[in-house]
Amino acid sequence: MRFWLTILAVAALSMAHPTHAADSIDPAADARAFRNYFVEKFPNVKLDDFANGPYSLNEDMRRQWEGKEQFPPYEFSLEAGKELFAKPFANGKHYADCFAEQGIGVRQNYPQFDGKSGQVITLELALNQCRETNGEKAISYTGDDMAALTAYMAFTSRGKPFDIKVPDDPRALEAYENGKRYFYTRRGQLNFSCATCHVQNPGERLRAEVLAPALGILNALPIYRSEWGGMGTTSRRFVSCNSQVRGVPLEPQAEEYRDLEYFLSYVSNGLPISGPGSRP
Amino acid sequence: MKKISNALWSLASLVSIGSAALAASSEADFKSAYARADAAEQEAGHLRNQWLAAEAALADARKAAAKQDFETAIAAAKEAEALAKASIFQTTSEKEAWKNLEIH
Repeated sequence: MRFWLTILAVAALSMAHPTHAADSIDPAADARAFRNYFVEKFPNVKLDDFANGPYSLNEDMRRQWEGKEQFPPYEFSLEAGKELFAKPFANGKHYADCFAEQGIGVRQNYPQFDGKSGQVITLELALNQCRETNGEKAISYTGDDMAALTAYMAFTSRGKPFDIKVPDDPRALEAYENGKRYFYTRRGQLNFSCATCHVQNPGERLRAEVLAPALGILNALPIYRSEWGGMGTTSRRFVSCNSQVRGVPLEPQAEEYRDLEYFLSYVSNGLPISGPGSRP
Repeated sequence: MKKISNALWSLASLVSIGSAALAASSEADFKSAYARADAAEQEAGHLRNQWLAAEAALADARKAAAKQDFETAIAAAKEAEALAKASIFQTTSEKEAWKNLEIH
């Protein structure tokens, strides 16, 4: 009798284990599954090409985009960003003084988890923290100057693979998990999640738009969007996505958005930075 | 003739008192409907999932009330309350349902 009770207990424990494993946070396993999903869904797309969003999935759009890249619409913003980046603050310091490698070729390392504050620090947030540390006012996260600065920093990082770290810190893991939850959670009156468009329907049309795959979706940011008639930051993209599903957007750089960016960037690790980009 | 005039005066007074009472009642009803909608929308805000349509319906309710059009205002407030409650339901049900979309 004792033997059978032991067998039953062992069986019960072994059944309980997978549930526990599923509930644990494993960013590396998530990233593998995420990548495999898109590679299997689009076997003809080269892995790095996912960084080019809808152009990786639609031949006609790709040809138009390649033509446009001869005189890219983000060029003016890029030039403005270069000037802004080099312009000294009132105290004589520069943006370069706030970043590793003087801010050149570092886009692929953002967002970062900051152990001191326990927060996810995006590139946009880091730029404003830099300004405030040097006595300057923060600039709008959805405005042209932020788009220009991040466009320049992305341009200097083109081709470098995303290298986002989720340290073995429960706060970092929680931030990552919060970002994942936000990505998959349905919201707004249309009852859409980010995944509804960018996991379930990439390559399909939503009105005139071809939906981009979630894998590599932030690699091209910031982007010039014809629909906007101008440049847009990651913050602007998240805000407009929430509005498009008829939800009230959160404030730019809200914790939820930063965690979402952390998750999306991490699962695109290894894919090259392609920003600044352009989209219809 | 005087009797008829007095009767008409009394009737007019009654109608006037009645419509004032009706208006007061409508305004009170609006305030109550708006408070309910606003509370639900604030809860949706606390849950970080408000809907644009709920915000728009609340704004419509305020506009109509400002014009003393309490019938329209009450209808808009009720719509806002229903939308806000739907967004709260969505948030609650998504607490676990999001996992169904997850890539494994």
